[in-house]
Amino acid sequence: MYRYDEYDQQIVDTRVEEFRDQVNRRLAGEMTEDQFKPLRLMNGLYLQLHAYMLRVAVPYGVLSSRQMRMLAHVARKYDKGYGHFTTRQNIQYNWIKLADAPDILAELATVQMHAIQTSGNCIRNISSDQYAGAAADEVGDPRPYAELLRQWSTFHPEFTYLPRKFKIAVIGSEDDRAAIQLHDIGLQLRRNEEGTLGFRVYVGGGMGRTPMIAPVIRDFVPVEDYVSYLEACLRVYNRYGRRDNIYKARIKILVHEIGADEYRRQVEEEFLHVKQLGIDPPAAELERIAGFFADPAFEDGLADDVALDDPEFAAWVDQNTHAHKKPGYIIVNISLKPVDGIPGDASAEQIDIVADLAERYSFDEVRVTHAQNLVLPHVKKADLKTLWQQLKAAGLASANLDLVTDIIACPGLDYCSLANARSIPLAQDITRRFADPARQKDLGELKIKISGCINACGHHHAGHIGILGVDRKGEENYQLLLGGSGAEDASLAKIIGPGFTETGVVDALEKAIETYRTLRTPGERFLDTYRRVGIQPFKEAVYG
Amino acid sequence: MGGGCGSFRGACVKILTGNDLKTGDVIWWTGNGWSRHVAEAVDVGEHGEAIAAAEEGARRVNVPYVISAEQGPDGPRPAHIKDRIRALGPTVRPDLSIRPADPNAGNWVI
Repeated sequence: MYRYDEYDQQIVDTRVEEFRDQVNRRLAGEMTEDQFKPLRLMNGLYLQLHAYMLRVAVPYGVLSSRQMRMLAHVARKYDKGYGHFTTRQNIQYNWIKLADAPDILAELATVQMHAIQTSGNCIRNISSDQYAGAAADEVGDPRPYAELLRQWSTFHPEFTYLPRKFKIAVIGSEDDRAAIQLHDIGLQLRRNEEGTLGFRVYVGGGMGRTPMIAPVIRDFVPVEDYVSYLEACLRVYNRYGRRDNIYKARIKILVHEIGADEYRRQVEEEFLHVKQLGIDPPAAELERIAGFFADPAFEDGLADDVALDDPEFAAWVDQNTHAHKKPGYIIVNISLKPVDGIPGDASAEQIDIVADLAERYSFDEVRVTHAQNLVLPHVKKADLKTLWQQLKAAGLASANLDLVTDIIACPGLDYCSLANARSIPLAQDITRRFADPARQKDLGELKIKISGCINACGHHHAGHIGILGVDRKGEENYQLLLGGSGAEDASLAKIIGPGFTETGVVDALEKAIETYRTLRTPGERFLDTYRRVGIQPFKEAVYG
Repeated sequence: MGGGCGSFRGACVKILTGNDLKTGDVIWWTGNGWSRHVAEAVDVGEHGEAIAAAEEGARRVNVPYVISAEQGPDGPRPAHIKDRIRALGPTVRPDLSIRPADPNAGNWVI
């Protein structure tokens, strides 16, 4: 994985001391909250319902064991013993004291981590495929390109005050595991007909108040041009994106309003100019960065089979693992979604255990997924059962990846000052309702995503079944949505009808699922059936 | 004062809340200081904004604001669920709430 050079380290260390001084000035009364707020937000420090919340960046979701141990240490020393992995592949701590924040950032800096650009109207943490560098279906490893974008976007003087926040995702496979079409910019690494490596560029997707699927703005940008091309995309947005209305400030609104063709025309015109500026790094620099992401020392000639004599182990292998590019190895998903659990939460002890297991069994690497789970990307098949036994002992072996209980949920009104309704209790209700593993398995892939407000941190628009919490005259109310997908077959979920109470929405969800079970043809997922039969049968079942 | 707050029937009072500047803890104005317990909050009547300005200026509170609450035998109960969750703690982690030993604390929120 990437390692800071002396400049990276100096930038982060200097930033910590700068923030320490700002905190001291705030505590001494030399700054008002209005003056201090943008400064703390630039360092990832929010004020939430119960305390300050620190959002720590996990670049493209990649962590070393050493970094994981630091995350556990922060949870233990400065928080209440746990952290929350987010849909942006980051981690959040919910109980931070302002006076501790500089010390936390200083400790994080010792393992090359920070919270810079995890808030504000700038380019946020670049997200990616959690299987990057390991997946069998990969055209190329997206991480070096994501890392280069991280460097390009960090403190970019022109893009520090964009009209609104900006999120970029990069993948290297046909299968989209990072929801790229629902990002401000989505990049898909691919080869053109000549075999040249480049990117398909999607611009103008997003969720939130006005969900949109991004159109393709350029089908192929050679890798040697992609930084210039993104610079052009951002420049056009920075020039014409609306700053007078926060609800219309995202790039998706600009692309939608002027149309993809006109946006593309302007980007291409700008690109011709930007390309002359020489901001794309020389090939040698990209190769240098790629060197940090070279394959670990895989062994050759390993056995490629796994003894599945234990049914519980077999069920977990079937559900929670994914094909690896190297024979004898496998990708392991660690579900953070136990029945009755809090999606994405992990205790300091669990984070430490995953760090240990990564060190022992996965070449020291951990990934965070946008679905709020963890991944050990490079596990020897021969080690799989031992690993599973240790995960099970730590309460980390729920065999439910992509099943009905593998729910994405934002922190909701239990923690978030923007939320209108709680998300987590709903997720817990649903996991209890569908706790039976056989029932989950029978239902197959079914992605439920819950947001506690219109900002959609829980990706409800992209759920096969989505739930949106709203405030109805001071009471929590929940809308049910059907038919969304954040994958390569991206679609936006539609609201099925009038909202429900907390219990009511779980009942309605169960009726929708039972309708699927009745109508499905062999091999159909919930989403497939919904797309085939439309919303009406579900509506009749839920409201009839 | 109105006859009630939200769906409840008790007297509606105005109480003042904010976060502790250093710790971020949720705090409530008691008449002569700040408490972490909403039960100790007092009716500030029409003086909430003035108290908030003075206390914020003295850095004893961060981002203070006035809310409506239902006055009951055990003290004020904020009218809005968001402030009740602020007062108690996350409903999904009763162990981290302000009343971890009270198994019925969650009912007060909902």
